[in-house]
Amino acid sequence: MTDATDKARVEKATRDGRRARTVVLRPMAPIVPQANVSGTALIVVIAIMSFLCCMTLGSVFMVQDTAKAWQGQISREITIQVMPQDGVDMETTLEAVRTSVLSFSGVSSARIIDRASTARLLEPWLGDDFNMDELPVPRLVVVTVDEGSPPDTSALREALAISAPQATLDDHRAWTGRLVAMARTTILVGVGILALMLSTTMLTVIFATRGAMAGNRHIIEVLHFVGAESGFIASQFQTRFLMIGLKGASVGGALAASVFLLLGVWQNASMATPLNDQATALFGRFQLGDGGYFGIVAVIALIAAMTTLTTRLTVIRTIEEIDRERANPSMAELE
Amino acid sequence: MIHFENVGLRYGMGPEVLRDMTFDIPKRSFQFLTGPSGAGKTTLMRLLFMSLQPTRGLIRMFDRDIASIGRDELPLLRRRIGIVFQDFRLLDHMTTYENVALPLRVRGKEESSYRSDVIELLKWVGLGERLNVLPPVLSGGEKQRVAIARALIDRPEVLLADEPTGNVDPPMAQRLLNLFIELNRLGTAVVIATHDLTLMDRVDARRMILSDGRLDIYD
Repeated sequence: MTDATDKARVEKATRDGRRARTVVLRPMAPIVPQANVSGTALIVVIAIMSFLCCMTLGSVFMVQDTAKAWQGQISREITIQVMPQDGVDMETTLEAVRTSVLSFSGVSSARIIDRASTARLLEPWLGDDFNMDELPVPRLVVVTVDEGSPPDTSALREALAISAPQATLDDHRAWTGRLVAMARTTILVGVGILALMLSTTMLTVIFATRGAMAGNRHIIEVLHFVGAESGFIASQFQTRFLMIGLKGASVGGALAASVFLLLGVWQNASMATPLNDQATALFGRFQLGDGGYFGIVAVIALIAAMTTLTTRLTVIRTIEEIDRERANPSMAELE
Repeated sequence: MIHFENVGLRYGMGPEVLRDMTFDIPKRSFQFLTGPSGAGKTTLMRLLFMSLQPTRGLIRMFDRDIASIGRDELPLLRRRIGIVFQDFRLLDHMTTYENVALPLRVRGKEESSYRSDVIELLKWVGLGERLNVLPPVLSGGEKQRVAIARALIDRPEVLLADEPTGNVDPPMAQRLLNLFIELNRLGTAVVIATHDLTLMDRVDARRMILSDGRLDIYD
């Protein structure tokens, strides 16, 4: 209605010849009342469920990213272990291994773990005052490989057998396999929890919407009896409840996104602190990425759509009930 | 315009509360429906408004057998009927003006096209000063007048009014009766369910008397 939003509308009562008077009307009220207790409660329920759903979704994305990072870190490296041998100079052997490995395509770099670093690695078990020359301590060469075109590990093993028979190659396959399995399981569990969370959210939204709609039955009845068509009644309620759904879901989604953003900021600001290290080791980086934010928007849209659809179906069902009472008077009597 | 033939109605497995109703509501007619409490006046009004279907018999509304009317057609037929419910059925979040304008609003009409009509009608029923008042603040009589104005606003072909003067004082009852008579003169058939003998004595109109589920008509 073009004039519906006017603050004041004036009519002159001239028809009966009386003195002209102004008639001020308030802006036309919406057919479905804008605020009532059940509407506010529904917004809160939707906001909470949306928050929990978006937090679960974000956590699944986080676990997935962390698992991928672990998997990538391990599969990017190969370790060559060189055992000490009488009469063979360890440093010469290490250099020979490094040179041999670097000649293979797919090897990005090869780094010898020097004596000091090796000692540091053993420090937790042997203490800081042991003499490395008195023990047959193996030495390591860490090889970084190109993930896109990794080197042929069996050819590498053959070349090492010739240049340094005391060297053994570990391509971390066993670890990678375990990590991949663990990562997949974690993601599957996360997706399962997310599916349960989404189902719970949808059911909660459906029941909460139906509860809120129950208080509006008299409006549907009056509209039905003054000649409003089902589509008109449904559209009035849909619009109202779409706004409720969007409001609630947006609040929940925005809160969840804020939690991830704040945790990410905290993680960046407190790097290399024990708490941050523990949190990062346990949960990974608190970053959602584009996929995570898109997921949150999708959850908001899904919840708003569910609220709207439930409203429409509830209105149509209520009208059908009124019509069933019409067809079966005994139901009307029970009312 | 409305034709009932051997119409009967029972609730569930109980006895028939209305039996063998055969009558017509002709165009431009004026009638009172009366009878003792519990005689079935409201039930008969509901049958006339198509909010109940009979358990037997034939009802024709506007030359249509109501048994064959689809769910989608019902609202369009109801637009031709104005009804005043005994319990008013006003929407509490809407003002007097908005409640009366509701039937026009659901028909998709622009507010500017009916604003003056609604205000004029509300003035006529004595509610010109109560345009912006919400129903919870109105007295029983005022609510009744709002309900009557809502039923009349779109000039229905039939007006069904269930105890329309039950909550108003005699002068206002007379005024409302005059309004119904005027509406009838303009072509609307009027059915008024009432206990009020004084009201009925003021108009020389057909009387439909319900008693023990049966209907007697005195033209």
